[in-house]
Amino acid sequence: MSKSLRFLLPLIVFGALVVLLVFGLGKDPTKVPSPLIDKPVPAFSLPELTDPQRRVDNDDLKGQISLVNVWASWCNSCRQEHQALMALSSQTDFQIVGLNWKDNAEDALAVLRMTGNPYAMNGYDPDNKVGIHWGVYGAPETFIVDQQGIIRYKHIGPIDRQVWEETLQPLIARLKAEE
Amino acid sequence: MIPELGHLALILALLLAIAQAGFPLIGSLTGHRPWMAMARPLAYGQLAFVAIAFAALADAFLISDFSVLYVSQHSNTLLPDIYKFSAVWGGHEGSLLLWALMLAGWGAAVATFSRNLPLPVVARVISVLGLVAIGFLLFMLLTSNPFERHFPVPPEGRDLNPLLQDFGLAVHPPMLYMGYVGFSVAFAFAIAALIGGKLDAAWARWSRPWTLVAWVFLTIGIALGSWWAYYELGWGGWWFWDPVENASLMPWLVGTALIHSLAVTEKRAAFKSWTVLLAISAFSLSLLGTFLVRSGVLTSVHAFATDPARGLFILIFLCLVIGGSLSLYAWRAPQVAEGGRFGLVSRESALLVNNLLFVAFTVLVLFGTLAPLIYEAFDLGKISVGFPWFNKMFLALAPFLALLLGIGPLARWKQDDPWRLTRLLKTAFVLSIAIMAIGNLPIVSGGAAWVPVGLALATWLVVAHLHLLRERLQHKQAGWPRALLADLGGNGRSFYAMVIAHLGVAVFIVGVTMVSNHEIEKDVRMSPGDSHELAGYRFEFLGARKVDGPNYIADQGHFLVYRGKRQVAELFPEKRAYLGGGMPMTEAAIDAGVFRDIYVSLGEGVGGGDWALRLYYKPYVRWIWMGAVLMALGGAIAVSDRRYRNARARRSAPAGVLDAKA
Repeated sequence: MSKSLRFLLPLIVFGALVVLLVFGLGKDPTKVPSPLIDKPVPAFSLPELTDPQRRVDNDDLKGQISLVNVWASWCNSCRQEHQALMALSSQTDFQIVGLNWKDNAEDALAVLRMTGNPYAMNGYDPDNKVGIHWGVYGAPETFIVDQQGIIRYKHIGPIDRQVWEETLQPLIARLKAEE
Repeated sequence: MIPELGHLALILALLLAIAQAGFPLIGSLTGHRPWMAMARPLAYGQLAFVAIAFAALADAFLISDFSVLYVSQHSNTLLPDIYKFSAVWGGHEGSLLLWALMLAGWGAAVATFSRNLPLPVVARVISVLGLVAIGFLLFMLLTSNPFERHFPVPPEGRDLNPLLQDFGLAVHPPMLYMGYVGFSVAFAFAIAALIGGKLDAAWARWSRPWTLVAWVFLTIGIALGSWWAYYELGWGGWWFWDPVENASLMPWLVGTALIHSLAVTEKRAAFKSWTVLLAISAFSLSLLGTFLVRSGVLTSVHAFATDPARGLFILIFLCLVIGGSLSLYAWRAPQVAEGGRFGLVSRESALLVNNLLFVAFTVLVLFGTLAPLIYEAFDLGKISVGFPWFNKMFLALAPFLALLLGIGPLARWKQDDPWRLTRLLKTAFVLSIAIMAIGNLPIVSGGAAWVPVGLALATWLVVAHLHLLRERLQHKQAGWPRALLADLGGNGRSFYAMVIAHLGVAVFIVGVTMVSNHEIEKDVRMSPGDSHELAGYRFEFLGARKVDGPNYIADQGHFLVYRGKRQVAELFPEKRAYLGGGMPMTEAAIDAGVFRDIYVSLGEGVGGGDWALRLYYKPYVRWIWMGAVLMALGGAIAVSDRRYRNARARRSAPAGVLDAKA
């Protein structure tokens, strides 16, 4: 490598990084225009976390609004979010369905025992078999699925009060009104 | 009225920053001394006006002026005064103002403590700091004005995020920012040297104490953050590889490489372009850290603000600062002669490998943090790089760093004899192997392979550094106690500082090894009167009751912890519901000890006075932070070394070296 090129290298690397960040900025991950928005939920069937005999599948997401929450026991943000989900679990306008992702059942169950279980049911997806079809790339993520089983919104990152009040709650109210 | 004064002060600070970035720099290039001499007064003026703005915002918080939008979003009349004050930096706008305040503070400090430096150097350094200040002040005024009013004025504020209502988090961001912003001084010195076209030992000596101080702050800041996460999140973890944690770790890693590289440049005039590049990188990563947190490119618990407009501004700012300085580097660095040749076995080689390992680790952390973006950008499918991945990477590199850390300080500059080193390290090696054998006993290791490795590495470090101490002291004629005192009073302080910091690494290794492999946690459901055994401790649950805090209501559990018959602790874990609304918070109760923590966190009430609880036994967890404190202490002692004070007192010695016009 010629000498001047060696000194240019850091600049070149940085340039590449900038291109990447611009890409990232264009695709603001908190509102990823997921290709799945307004599409039906991909076909899936998973064992239920607390009761592996039962299955969680597409039919469970029909007939009422569902908040499908991707979580894992190793995910710190999920632990933060968990308490918000607990507060939401008493609402009757929608059900909270968990997608326990890349986790092991023992740890996940410990979390639910410890901090309460806000989920109506939990699909257990340790190997990302279903997550990959849903386009999950991190935890936590939350999908809003309407009564017909169509994905209407995807939120990336933890749900906090602001996200709930400003985005999710109005959306759910709108879906409820469409009924 | 006062918020408007604050706003005005910010605008004036911006104007001063523009002058600060322009006049001294142009003066230094044209040799116009009066313009160069403007640097110091402008730096002081900058500090004064940013401080006024900061005071105005603090005042709005303390008197609960909810007509200010930012205050109404982050405060509440019920909030205790100390948190009203710390709420100033509890959100995006205020933490930027804190950044700007610190930047101005560092600028004023440079102006004060640079009396012996050649004027053109001071002028350039302060100008570069001014350039950075322009970016931050513009950012604040254009996209994130903390003084914005709103109408109608709400009767009550929204309250500070309960997570932030805590002493640890009141002091963690200022420490971290002091570190981030402190690297701006190292950066400014590097840029000034590139502009001046002379990179030499004098330059390294000037920027070393500044870099060390910044590094000390960053070390403490990160340790505080880790400690906070440990006791506040209620999960007993001390590091989560969260993007925001990574954002603070990356400048620390590069900063650590930088302080070592500066030592080589100062003593041996080698690694010059390396050192400059590290200085640029450390600050760039600090900026990137800010960017990652603020722009919403990556989301995380800590993310205060997610707004693409702000993200775009920071991105442009980043491009100008980093792109500009790397261009300058590409242009000027090839002209720098690489002095100081060295042999394969030498301290330079050890430090070079050390730097490469630190940089490699930084790149891995950067990759891991950005991986979701990278995969997204190239449509490689989806990926989540989580906790296990980072741990694996850390474990792949850290042992080599520790091994090297035992050898490097013993090696001589320039050229050393491998056999001499082997002889010196023989004892350390034998003892480490012995410890490894002991560590391998099931009673110590509990079956975990990392326990013997970690303990052996810590032994290796400690014994190697004891050798080093002996080497230094044994040749002194006055006998070692007197030699030690003479060293500490004289020019030897930085040597002991290094030993302390490196021993801190050993302490850290023990802590991480033990707590990662021997912690015990248990989820239990207990009724009042129940007891539970864990790691030889008996936890007796006496029940839970409601207690009122200033701005919350809590369920408070009451525990007695016994070891045998003896009561060792009385613990009161809480679960708080804040009146401002939002989520309930878990306040873990911890009985801290040198060799173990006992940790109880309250889960959910499950009816009939029963509670779901989590009990932890955390052996040696304090050693993690003690290690960090020792490292920081080492850094602080190194700064106090007389060499730097002498450098300050000596007026003319290094002057002129950098005087050359560009």
